[in-house]
Amino acid sequence: MREVLESPVFLLLLTLAAYRLGREVRDRTAGHALAQPALVAIITVALAITALDIDYATYLDGTQVLVFLLGPATVALAVPLHRQLSRLRGFVLPLLVAIPVGVVVSVTTGVLLVRALGGGELLERTMAPKAATTPVSIALSESLGAIAPLTAVLAILIGIVGAVLGPAVLTLARVRERRARGLALGAVSHGIGTSRALAENETEGAFAGLSMGLTALATSLALPVLAAFLL
Amino acid sequence: MVNGLMWLLGCQLVGEVVVRLTDLPVPGPVVGMAVLLALLVLRRSGDDATVVRAADGLLRHLQLLFVPAGVGVVAYVAVIREDALPITVAMLGSWLVGLLAVGWTARLLTRDHPAEGAAGTVEAGP
Repeated sequence: MREVLESPVFLLLLTLAAYRLGREVRDRTAGHALAQPALVAIITVALAITALDIDYATYLDGTQVLVFLLGPATVALAVPLHRQLSRLRGFVLPLLVAIPVGVVVSVTTGVLLVRALGGGELLERTMAPKAATTPVSIALSESLGAIAPLTAVLAILIGIVGAVLGPAVLTLARVRERRARGLALGAVSHGIGTSRALAENETEGAFAGLSMGLTALATSLALPVLAAFLL
Repeated sequence: MVNGLMWLLGCQLVGEVVVRLTDLPVPGPVVGMAVLLALLVLRRSGDDATVVRAADGLLRHLQLLFVPAGVGVVAYVAVIREDALPITVAMLGSWLVGLLAVGWTARLLTRDHPAEGAAGTVEAGP
């Protein structure tokens, strides 16, 4: 029985079923910001493997095919990026300035806040790439020698924070222009923030998607430099 | 689907090779994304291109692909509990500062050319 529970067949089925449940919850709650399929699925799987006494290494081993697909999925982000190219007129300068500013600010404050509160160097490295979209943040976390799964968890949590609080914070901060709002949401809350922006307004969602892609690229380029100064 | 997947993997492979050859500090798939973007622009690909359909299919279930990594939280419960304060404060703090930095920078630089029409801005109402 043990080998059945630890086989990829069972572990993949469990993961798909948990994700399916997550989508169900999202639909039933009319897309409530907290009802993110990934969050529901992660909690469900975590509880299930804990109850069944399956260790995480075994689980990760069994679901390697999904982890593998993060690579092509990252490449696939070029498609939404391509769709937005025509909306860029008059917005190239804000884009080219705001995205790098966002990356530097987000990485620097993340690292310095961890340091100020005594989180230790490993946690500083783990926090640094969390604003990049999850597949990229995982790759960057690995290249920094940090705890990649924890970076992934932080990236997902920050996406949920963005989906729940982002639009209200931007309105309070008097950022009302749709392209600017989308840019800000995509830059700090990537995919999950983008899906919320898309639900608000098409232009906002489009620019959030664009911002997510460019932030991933800018973070990849800037992180080694920032790490040399900060870590 | 097979053709589309071949394009995606092909771009990723080119990305991995470029990273390996140049020692670029960027993950291979990110370079692959730039390669695919260049191809889409050059070929003027529409929504019916096989690579576009494969990409849309994969991105529709992007959240599923995060699940195995996210479940890793069970292996790090102790770390998170021990460092709950720095993790929570740094995460929320840098999120807020980053959001405002990007939003305000973009607003400042678009003030001269605000988007026109009702869809361009959020109503300033109550």
